[in-house]
Amino acid sequence: MGTREEMLAMLRMMMMIRNFEETADKLTLRGKVSGGMHNSSGQEAVAVGVMSALAPDDVIATTHRSHHHTLAKGFSAREVMAELMTKATGVSKGRGASMHLGDVARGHFGGNGIVGAGMGIGMGAALGIKLAGDKKVAVGFVGDGGMNTGRTWEAVNMAAIWKLPLIVVVDNNQYAVETFIERVTAGGDLPKRASGFGLPASTIDGQNVLEVKDAVAKARDFALAGNGPTFLNAVTYRYYGHNVGEKGQYRTLEEIEDWRTNRDPIDQLAARLFADGLLDQATFDEMTASVEAEIKDAVEFAENSPNPDPADVMLNVDSGKLRG
Amino acid sequence: MASEPTYSEAYQSGIREEMNNNPKIFIMGTDLQERGGHFAQVKGIAQEFGGERVRDTPISEAAMIAAGVGAAMYGMRPVVDLNFMDFALGAMDEIINQAAHIRYMFNGSVPLIIRATSGIAQAGAHHNNSFESFFAHTPGLSVAVPGTPWDVKGLLKTALRADDPVIFMMHKKLTGMRGPIGGPEDLVPFGKARIAREGADATLVTYGYTLIPAMKAAETLAAEGKQVEILDLRTLFPMDMDAVIEAVKRTGRMVVVDEAPLFASITAEIAATASEAAFDSLKGPIVRVGAQRAPLSADPGMVEATIPSISDIEAALRKVLSY
Repeated sequence: MGTREEMLAMLRMMMMIRNFEETADKLTLRGKVSGGMHNSSGQEAVAVGVMSALAPDDVIATTHRSHHHTLAKGFSAREVMAELMTKATGVSKGRGASMHLGDVARGHFGGNGIVGAGMGIGMGAALGIKLAGDKKVAVGFVGDGGMNTGRTWEAVNMAAIWKLPLIVVVDNNQYAVETFIERVTAGGDLPKRASGFGLPASTIDGQNVLEVKDAVAKARDFALAGNGPTFLNAVTYRYYGHNVGEKGQYRTLEEIEDWRTNRDPIDQLAARLFADGLLDQATFDEMTASVEAEIKDAVEFAENSPNPDPADVMLNVDSGKLRG
Repeated sequence: MASEPTYSEAYQSGIREEMNNNPKIFIMGTDLQERGGHFAQVKGIAQEFGGERVRDTPISEAAMIAAGVGAAMYGMRPVVDLNFMDFALGAMDEIINQAAHIRYMFNGSVPLIIRATSGIAQAGAHHNNSFESFFAHTPGLSVAVPGTPWDVKGLLKTALRADDPVIFMMHKKLTGMRGPIGGPEDLVPFGKARIAREGADATLVTYGYTLIPAMKAAETLAAEGKQVEILDLRTLFPMDMDAVIEAVKRTGRMVVVDEAPLFASITAEIAATASEAAFDSLKGPIVRVGAQRAPLSADPGMVEATIPSISDIEAALRKVLSY
């Protein structure tokens, strides 16, 4: 659980992410976002639940679908929106767009265009944390698609043998692009697969932000006590296509509608807070309006920001220290 | 007098000194602690620094490099030892897409050394690839190819004090080569070629093990009255093209040799760039010598037929000397 303020902050963050994604989707369809974008609408509780349990200087490394992780980590809507539009004011200074959001100095070791790669980097960050003797953890996000790439299990094994302070979070939206996870995953049970490596592994409700937060908080304590990694399979759902504008035939409209209507993470938390008397309509309306204003401001900021200077193409290819 | 250290002992000396200086440096790879690596490159280092700083890994190349990338981003200075360069193929995404590209996007550096023994020797197609051009081609990577114990130690020290991912390729057939090494502050810069032999009649550009047959070919030609200059590149990226171009201007005759397949190779890069920059100084075309574009056989006779021989190098030198 948490205090009322914490609960309202989680609700607002999820609302902000949803508004951000739906706005960014429209902007992408209007040609404002270069290279497509991966909308996380529906998956907000995974990102917000995880980040609510982390300390600000814990490290994350993530996937091709990472707007929600990045916003929940504390990056502003302005800088994420600007990055989607490849603006110099963006998270990655306009060099990364939707798939490559990251700022090492702020503990965000990057989104990733390659399935499973971010989780491996998170494992490496956890090794760095352990060797430096710091009291932190790293979270490696991976999707359900990443459950069937060999590198994922190499990294889980390494984290387990070295007892690294790593939390593997499967942001499991059940579709690897357009392939239903159950069609391509032998054995079916991901925690069972992970537990073969000797670490705690469980499936959690990725639509329930409080459940995600609690599970990550436990995993974090476990890691900080020197016990090593935890594997959390957070089952969630993505409302939009893999990429903007994709309307595949691989799932039914009824299925999407069911998740949106009956299992939406924002609706669920709001309903609970209303029921518990922690939220009233006036506060909720105020939050809705402030989120709208925040995203409107972010879009204006992004649109008015400059693109990176083409003269800087060779800047930061390397440090220059080896080139004399 | 005690004998001079080997190429592998030069590596031990460099890594030991730098690990003493910088607690952030650590090594990980397979068979490092007890065996000291497959080429004795870290023999005794685990006994000196302990298992936290010399880590034995499972045979998981992707995870080894990923561990290095993440730890380097966090501020450590990992050295991932792949033993054989060929094993990098199990981690090419981690090397190319991750290690090499992170600085460009994510406001951080990846001070990661990937050491491996490379080059052509024996044991067939899976242990004898020449990936020099792959890595030198990739934006973000630097590539060291030391040809002497001195350069092993000096280049390693430079790499460990910089902030970039470095592919550190040590040739199999130089493993036991003896020679002088420098002291704690004798660093060898990247991007500075070395004149391994002086000569005014033609220039031969090479690196790594090929320096040895090149030197023998030069001695043969010296007996015939022709003096061949030999340039040792020492690093392939950054590459000392200034030294190559100056040499073209000086001698007007150039041969470029390595043991990688000729097609799309480092030798092609050198010949093309030098020709563009100093065409008017050339007395005739630059001649390249390299391997046939075939996987390496395990049969010694087939190996010899695949890679350049001393007489191939001599023939190339005679050709440019005939201009």
